[in-house]
Amino acid sequence: MTVLAAVDAQTLADSVGLGAIYALMAVGIGLVFGVLRLVNFAYGQLIMAGAYTLAFTAHWRVVWSIVACLVVVVVLSLAMERAVFRPLRGASPAVMLVTTFAIAFMLQAVALLVDIRDDTIGEIATSIAPLNQPVTVQGVDIRKITIVAIVVAVVALALLALLLLKTTIGLHMRAAAADFPTARLLGVRANRVIAFAVLLSGVLAATVAVLLTVQFPFVGPDFALRETIVVLVGVVVGGIDRLWTATLGGFAIGFATGVINGALPTEQTVFLPSAVFGLVILVLLLRPAGLFAWGRPAAERV
Amino acid sequence: MAEPALAVEGLEVRYGAVTAVRDISFAVDKGEIVGLIGPNGAGKSTTLNAIMGLVPAQEGSVRLAGTSVLGRAPESIAKAGVSLVPEGRRIYADFTVEENLRLGLAARRGRQGRLALAGAYELFPVLREFRRRQAGVLSGGQQQQLAIARALVAQPDVLLLDEPSLGLAPSLVDDVFAALADIRDGGFAVLLVEQRAQRTVALADRTHVLANGELRLTLEPADADDTDRLVSAYLAG
Repeated sequence: MTVLAAVDAQTLADSVGLGAIYALMAVGIGLVFGVLRLVNFAYGQLIMAGAYTLAFTAHWRVVWSIVACLVVVVVLSLAMERAVFRPLRGASPAVMLVTTFAIAFMLQAVALLVDIRDDTIGEIATSIAPLNQPVTVQGVDIRKITIVAIVVAVVALALLALLLLKTTIGLHMRAAAADFPTARLLGVRANRVIAFAVLLSGVLAATVAVLLTVQFPFVGPDFALRETIVVLVGVVVGGIDRLWTATLGGFAIGFATGVINGALPTEQTVFLPSAVFGLVILVLLLRPAGLFAWGRPAAERV
Repeated sequence: MAEPALAVEGLEVRYGAVTAVRDISFAVDKGEIVGLIGPNGAGKSTTLNAIMGLVPAQEGSVRLAGTSVLGRAPESIAKAGVSLVPEGRRIYADFTVEENLRLGLAARRGRQGRLALAGAYELFPVLREFRRRQAGVLSGGQQQQLAIARALVAQPDVLLLDEPSLGLAPSLVDDVFAALADIRDGGFAVLLVEQRAQRTVALADRTHVLANGELRLTLEPADADDTDRLVSAYLAG
């Protein structure tokens, strides 16, 4: 009985940790969607690029390795914005989505070319692997990375909330997300707001790269691909129109994945994707606007 | 002679094969209200939107105190000193009243944003009272005050208004027109697009009548009571 309780607590902790990482990814995707109305399918490849950077700099001091990851991912995000997103601004959502598919596969192909130089596919990012060791909290084994992921996610989300609610650039970003044409005629500079949103989403992608490589140190060209698809589903289920519903959606699908994973017997975890996506279809049938989307107050008044 | 605050010359706007505005010229000076009236589809809003850079103009020029702004992005034109109070007000319903006003500061050229907000609250005291409330809960008249205040905190040289009295009860229309007179006295150049022809003609220093995208006639305040002239101006289109 106590064994069962301990396993459950551990599963719960792991699920919250996974949910925290997915929530960070959801925010990164949601921020860019807010100002560009663009679903960036290539978000996972930003994380992948960060993971490779961590692998290639694994022999550096951890701090510098993380800094390198941050720089690479942010530069890549801004380059993506400048070279592709900006010229496509105002194109149809379908065109933009398909373009991000193309970027995603192109980045994967480039990663493969870089990776294959040593005649093997895949690199190992080991620099912060010790975080994968458990600590015992009141008889429950919790991996340190779970605690780190939760703390990092909470701090990052709190900082982001402060930025959006208390600063001028945050106000401009919210206005751009709510009604971009009106924001522009008030003098909000479109390019600046979009670049800032992309920059923030890049910082979040780098953070996720660090957290994910601790749990999955084997880095290949398809690193974070599956997670990105699952998070995109979570974001849509939560409600992509608003940042906090998208974030909750990301957290929910990460948490649900973790819990179902823990609840299913090991030999049945092959059913996990069908269970999660079955749930997703059900949610979208019942609440097409998103699980957490409630009605907006009417803007028109006379 | 000094250049007028806003000078529009030979403006032409086409949407595909349709010409919405054809060879329109007029000027607005500081401390002056110029009205634009005319039936629906005459090209009034198109003219405002072209000045603001929201729709591209094919011909002509738009100058602010002599400087051409045609072809620039809306945020750049806002920064150059033009504020638009758009049709339907377009306030941010989910944001607080104060946040809406702070957004207006985005186009402000100098600093001292706090001072500008204080000025807006002085002009519309009800906004100060509700400054922490969501703008969506304001009444229609209060939302219109907010939209005008939001445009004014940028301290523009030129204020454009697109049907500010639309959908308002008659007593609130009085308030809006009284506020516009105050704003003119504050030294702004005001371009007012309206459906309420008679009131606009009475308030404005000059009122141009648009029909089918062309300027047909210019009326003076004295013409406000000349109903025949107003009606024939409309029917001329």
